Amino acid sequence: MSRYYDNLAQRLRERFGDQLARCEAVGDELTVEVPAPRLLPVCQALRDEPEFAFAQLVDLCGVDYLEYGDGRWDGPRFAVVYHLLSVEHNHRLRLRAFAEGDPPMIDSVVPVWASANWYEREAFDLFGIVFEGHPDLRRILTDYGFIGHPFRKDFPLIGNVEMRYDPDRQRVVYEPVSIEPRVNQPRVIRHDHRYAGRRLEEEAGDA
Amino acid sequence: MPEIRNYTINFGPQHPAAHGVLRLVLEMDGEVVQRADPHIGLLHRATEKLAESKPYNQSIPYMDRLDYVSMMCNEHGYVLALEKLLGVTPPLRAQYIRVMFDEITRILNHLMWLGTHALDIGAMTVFLYCFREREDLMDMYEAVSGARMHAAYYRPGGVYRDLPDRMPQYQPSRWRSAAEVARLNRNRQGSLLDFIEDFTERFPGYVDEYETLLTDNRIWKQRTVGIGVVPPERALQLGFTGPMLRGSGIAWDLRKKQPYEVYDRLEFDIPVGTNGDCYDRYLVRVEELRQSNRIIRQCVDWLRNNPGPVMLHDHKLAPPPREEMKGDMEALIHHFKLFSEGYVLPEGEVYTAVEHPKGEFGVYLVSDGANKPYRLKIRAPGFAHLSAMDEMASGHMLADVVAIIGTMDIVFGEIDR
Repeated sequence: MSRYYDNLAQRLRERFGDQLARCEAVGDELTVEVPAPRLLPVCQALRDEPEFAFAQLVDLCGVDYLEYGDGRWDGPRFAVVYHLLSVEHNHRLRLRAFAEGDPPMIDSVVPVWASANWYEREAFDLFGIVFEGHPDLRRILTDYGFIGHPFRKDFPLIGNVEMRYDPDRQRVVYEPVSIEPRVNQPRVIRHDHRYAGRRLEEEAGDA
Repeated sequence: MPEIRNYTINFGPQHPAAHGVLRLVLEMDGEVVQRADPHIGLLHRATEKLAESKPYNQSIPYMDRLDYVSMMCNEHGYVLALEKLLGVTPPLRAQYIRVMFDEITRILNHLMWLGTHALDIGAMTVFLYCFREREDLMDMYEAVSGARMHAAYYRPGGVYRDLPDRMPQYQPSRWRSAAEVARLNRNRQGSLLDFIEDFTERFPGYVDEYETLLTDNRIWKQRTVGIGVVPPERALQLGFTGPMLRGSGIAWDLRKKQPYEVYDRLEFDIPVGTNGDCYDRYLVRVEELRQSNRIIRQCVDWLRNNPGPVMLHDHKLAPPPREEMKGDMEALIHHFKLFSEGYVLPEGEVYTAVEHPKGEFGVYLVSDGANKPYRLKIRAPGFAHLSAMDEMASGHMLADVVAIIGTMDIVFGEIDR
């Protein structure tokens, strides 16, 4: 299986050349990084060329790299990750593009895959990534009139406002959140020697 | 003559046929839907954000609560992602148990779907029949995990415990006489596997009962044939998976195409529709009930003959047995570490998908080497299906909207996450 994906990665490199910023296969996971301006033509080609035939956009999501590796990240902050599936060839592809600027902007892929519509609305809602050319970019999951983008790493887990019904005013009111943030288990990064060994074995095995 | 205008109506979020908290804003021209705009998010709990603040194992119960009618399949997707990044493979017996419970879950889900879908478009009896069988299936859940619905049974490295040797029994009470208790307990005298086998023998007859009520029923056909037709190329464009895609005539099933666990050792068929309407999707799902039953039978046979471990013997991942902890310091430390800090995953990213009863349930996991996920994205099948609501409902009558919602097999736990 991994040989198939190595081969596919090779074909992608040959086809797109320097349009791809990165293209590597780890096992059966093929990741391709595309510079944001090249996104639409690459997507179009991936869908239409019979060699790739990625007819389906299975998933689209935003990623906020602000706290990645406790500050080891030095690339752009926001990425959009696309998971493509070809029913015809039975292969998958992960496509990543970084959205730059403030607010982060990237082209919408709705013209290529109709299923991107709601996924892009979700990424806009949760991360504040603006998809240029989206037909109807509204919030989707959060409340009507919500402020902020809750899945950004600098948005607190407890949120900013809480809601209750006020019997005096006979309506729902929003107030600053009253609960204390709490961390039961701290986040730790351990460089487990078991994985270090495995990585080496894999590399030796592939070579 | 008065001016005739389109008007907008709210369907839900408190409508019994909205299958949860769906607010559907419908723009109507008379009784014909011009535009359907689903408003979702009323059940949004930010599962993915919560998971980022917890060690990996503590998120497994959240997965049960995503699609709360097919609990173990959600766990399966998540656990597979962890295992793939960790590079571990559970023991074979655990894989068979997982497959068996995946299929039990599929029946559980499809029965819920069939019952409510039929109820929505006017067939009361099917609902009662389906819930009768769900009771037995939830008893299986209870016997194996202690919980009737939110099992938290699959763990990275295997399953939490082996199948029990005896089934829980009903006790006589003010509401149940001794004779009735004896009747209820009759097929619960043996082990869990005996109970499941007994169920698989009864179940094809039950499916025949549902089909007698629906398949050739004139009213049922009038409500479903030609409703919500999706041609195969549109189904791909709209990101359909699972029975919604197969109903449109594309033979795509991850259990066959990208087999995980032991699906490649089992025999089953993939039903495919031809017209892509609600009736075809009904036929596909009913046939899946029969095929799942067939898979369960094969698993029962294998599990009977092959005892063995159901969890990896790796105490960095799985807790050591109680007895060991009483005497062994190291085991105690392992237990403490595992239940406080958890384990770390190597840096990297994975996407795993399972054939969930509703479609492709995918988990995209980004790890930066910590004991908590850096980013977890859950690809819920229902989300893509519901996003096609506008396309499927436009031009249909208001009453058909109910049939279309039903055929999508929507559960808001997974759509809103």
